[in-house]
Amino acid sequence: MAKDVYSLCFMCTVRCPIKVTVEGDRILWIQGNPFVAGIEGSLCPKGVSAIALLEDDQRLKYPMIRTGARGSGEFKKVTWDEALDYVAQRLKGIMETYGPQSIVLGERTNLSTHVSKTFLRAIGSPNHFTHDALCKGSNNTAFRSLFGYTDAEVGIDYANTKHIVLYGRNIFEAVEVKAVNNLLDAMEKGARLTYIDPRVTTTATKAHRYWMIRPGTDLALNYALMHVILKEGFYDKEFVDKWVVGLKELKEFLEPYTPEWAQEETGIPSREIILLAKELNEQRPHVIFHPGYRAASYTNEIYQRRAILMLNVLMGSIETKGGLFFKKGPGEVGKKAPRKLTDQEGLPKPKQVRFDKVGTPNFPLPDPNHGVPQMLAKAILEEDPYPIKALIANRFEPLLSIPDRSATLKALEKLELILTVDVNFSDIAWYSDVILPESTFLERIDCVQQANGLKPQLFLRQKAVSPRYDTKEYAVIIKELAERLGISQFFPYNTMEDLVRWQLEGTGFTIEDFSKKGFVAYTDQQIFWDRFNGLKLKTPSKKIEFKSSLLEESGFPSFPEYEPVKRPEGNEFRLVVGRCVLHTHVSTQNNPYLNELCPTNVVWINSKRAKDLNISDGQMVKITSPQGSGVLKAFVTDLIHPETVFILHGFGHESKGLKRAYGKGVADALLQANVSDTVGGSPGLHETFVTVSAEL
Amino acid sequence: MSKYMLLQDKSRCIGCLACTIACKINKGLGPGPKPVDVISLGPILRDGKILGQFVFMPCFHCEEPWCVYACPTGAMKKRPQDGIVYVDQSLCVGCKSCIYACPWGAPQFDIEKGKVVKCDYCKDRLDSGQLPACVSICISHCLKFGPANEIEDKRRRRYAIESSQFPTQ
Repeated sequence: MAKDVYSLCFMCTVRCPIKVTVEGDRILWIQGNPFVAGIEGSLCPKGVSAIALLEDDQRLKYPMIRTGARGSGEFKKVTWDEALDYVAQRLKGIMETYGPQSIVLGERTNLSTHVSKTFLRAIGSPNHFTHDALCKGSNNTAFRSLFGYTDAEVGIDYANTKHIVLYGRNIFEAVEVKAVNNLLDAMEKGARLTYIDPRVTTTATKAHRYWMIRPGTDLALNYALMHVILKEGFYDKEFVDKWVVGLKELKEFLEPYTPEWAQEETGIPSREIILLAKELNEQRPHVIFHPGYRAASYTNEIYQRRAILMLNVLMGSIETKGGLFFKKGPGEVGKKAPRKLTDQEGLPKPKQVRFDKVGTPNFPLPDPNHGVPQMLAKAILEEDPYPIKALIANRFEPLLSIPDRSATLKALEKLELILTVDVNFSDIAWYSDVILPESTFLERIDCVQQANGLKPQLFLRQKAVSPRYDTKEYAVIIKELAERLGISQFFPYNTMEDLVRWQLEGTGFTIEDFSKKGFVAYTDQQIFWDRFNGLKLKTPSKKIEFKSSLLEESGFPSFPEYEPVKRPEGNEFRLVVGRCVLHTHVSTQNNPYLNELCPTNVVWINSKRAKDLNISDGQMVKITSPQGSGVLKAFVTDLIHPETVFILHGFGHESKGLKRAYGKGVADALLQANVSDTVGGSPGLHETFVTVSAEL
Repeated sequence: MSKYMLLQDKSRCIGCLACTIACKINKGLGPGPKPVDVISLGPILRDGKILGQFVFMPCFHCEEPWCVYACPTGAMKKRPQDGIVYVDQSLCVGCKSCIYACPWGAPQFDIEKGKVVKCDYCKDRLDSGQLPACVSICISHCLKFGPANEIEDKRRRRYAIESSQFPTQ
C-alpha cells in the first residue's frame, strides 16, 4: 500500500514543501505539496532529482578517518563510535592547548542551526558562522539599518504586484517554486517586469523591459531613479511623511545625481530612467523593487541594497498587498513559537572576540548570528585575533564558496582538525580528517521549521524512507559528540522525534498534527499591520531610517557620495557569476540527472570583445586573475555587456569522490579576490578583473 | 491522434527541464534518452527586444504513427481505447526502425536495456488516476493534460486582454 509522506525538500535552502509517495521502503514519486498555495504539486528540477541523491553510491556512506596525506583521498571506514571518540579526543586536546575559541563551526543555515549554536556555546566558543554572509550579509545589514528587521524577517507578495523591478535577481533561473508561480500569476493579470542585468537570462526573456546595465553601476541608476521620483513628487507622500527619517537629507544629497549623469555611468538612456519612474508612479504602492537574493557583488553592496529598499519605501510598498511585508510570527496571535535549544537557561554565552571580529571596529555592523566567513583564511593564517585550530564544516563548502580558493587551502593546512558533516563527498570533505555522513532529507526527521509570514505556520520535514547507508541525523551526531565532551545536559533528546516533541511543547501542536498536510497554521487570516498607525519598526527612532543611526553611530555615512566604477582596461573583463536552474550552489553538480543536463560551466563573452581577442564561439580559452586561472569553453554572444565575462558558480570541484563532477569547469572561487563590503559584511564577488586569452 | 492533449503554455514555461528529469525517473532511465525534451530557442535581440522561447517536445501520438508501421516486431503499438502510441519493450529488439521513421525524433534509445523508450503519456500513471510525470511536477504549471477538448487554454483570453485597452485586474 502506497502512502503519502508530507515533508520539506532540501535540494536547496528554499525548503519547498513536498509530498513523497512511498511504498514499503521505496519512493514511488516526489512532487510539490498539493495543499500549499503557489506550489500545488510543482517542483523544480533539483527537487525532482532528489531521488537520485538518495540512491547515489557516490554520496558519503559511512564515517571515515583520514589515513593518507590531506587531500590524498585516503580514508579508512570506521564505526560511529570510533569516529566520534576520535573527534572528541582531538577536540579536547585542542581546547586544552589553545582554548575553546580555537574551534570554529561553519554551516549553511538549516533547521538544526540552533543545535550547532548550542554546541559551540556549551564548549565555550563564540565562533559559529553561517554561509549567509557570503550570500547576503550586506542585505541583512541594509534591512536592519532601515527597519530594524533583517532581510529574513521581510517577505514579498508577488501574487498581487503590478510591477516588479529585478536587479540581477534572476528569478526564473535561481528559482523558488512559490515565487515563480505567484509572479507568473501576477503577470497574467497584467503585472509588469523590469529586469536589469549585464547579461541576458531566462528572466530577461520574460521581461517587459530589459536594461543591459554596465556592471557595478546599479547604485548610480538608483540614485537617479530616486532623484526623479523626489523631484517630480512620484512618491507616496502620506506614507513617507508618516514613517521616514531623513527624506530632506536624501533629497539634498541626490541633487547632482540626475538621469543624464546616470546615463554616462550605467549606459541606460536618461529618458528610459524617467519613463520607469513615471510608470511606477501609476502602479504604486503595488510595486516591488526586489531587495535581491544574493547580495554580495560589490564593496558598496550595503548602499545599493539600502537604495533598493528606500525605493520601496518611496513607493509606499511596505506592508501592503503586492509589495513587501513584515513576516508575522506566532506571537502576533498570542501563541508560542517552537523552542530552540539556544533558548535554554544556563547555556553559556562566550564573551571573547569572534574569529571574524564581527562586533569590533573592524566589522561593527554585520550580524553576529551569521558572522563574516570570508575572514576565515586570514584568521587562521595570521592567528589574528588568536589561533584557530579546528574547523567543523556542516554542509558548508569553504573551498568553493569563499573567494580565493588557494588562500583557503593554505589556511586549512594550519588546522589540526577538519571535520566535515555532509551528504556529499564535497571538496572540504576530501580535505578533512574525519567525515561524518548525514542522512539525506528523505531519510530523516528534522527540527521544526517556523515559517513566519502573513500567516505564521510550522512545517516539518518527515522521514520518508529508512537510511540507505550508515548515516545519522546531524542533531543526533552533535548530541553524541556532546555526550563525549561532557555537555550533554544541553541536548535533552536521544532521537530526532524526542527533539521535535521537545520543540513543540507549548505551541499547542503535536508531531501527529503534521501528518495530514505537512504543516500547521497558527491562524487562517493574513495579518497586515495598519500601515499608517501600526508599523512595529525596531529602529531606535521606531521610524524608517533613511538617515541611519545604525550606520552613523559606527561612523559610516547614510548617503555616501557615488564613486565611479572602474572600467576594465586592455583585455580585462569584470568577472560576474550566477546560477542556473539546474544546480544549487556547489552541492548538486554530481547528481546524475543534473550532471547530465548541465555538466560544466562555460565563459560568456561579448561578441565584439571576442572578435578583438580572436576568440570564436566554442573555443577553449584561458581565464586568468591574480588569484588563479582555468580553461573553459567560450560562449560568444551579443547578450552580455562588453565589460563583463560570466561563469556559473558551483563548478570546478576537485574532490575525486564526486566522480561525475570532478574536474569539470572552473570554480569562481579560484579566480575571485577576497574583498569585502566592510560596512554590510558581504564579500564583493564581482570585484575581480580577469583576462581571457585564446592562448592556453 | 490520441484523445488526449498535452498542451504547453509557452508564456509560463521557464525551460527548467524538471519535466525531462521527471520523465526519465518515471521510466527508470540513466544518462542519454529523453522521451520528453525542452528545446531552448534564443535568446536573441530583435528590434531592441529580447526574445526567447522554450518548446516542449513529447511524442505527438499521431493518428497514423509511422513508428508503428516501421516496427518489424509489433512492439510499437497504438492503444485502441485512447490512441496512445507506446512501445511494448518485451517485443522490442532494439532495431531502431521507429527512431528513423519518426519525423520528430520522439522514440529514444535506452542503451542500458538495448531497447526503445518513448513518451506514452505515462499510461501506467494515467491508468491509476494520476497525471503524466512531466505534468505532475511542472514548476510553473505550464503543462496541461487531459482530453483534447477539455483542456484549459488561456491563450484566447490573454490575446483579447493584450489587444484591448481594458484594465485587467
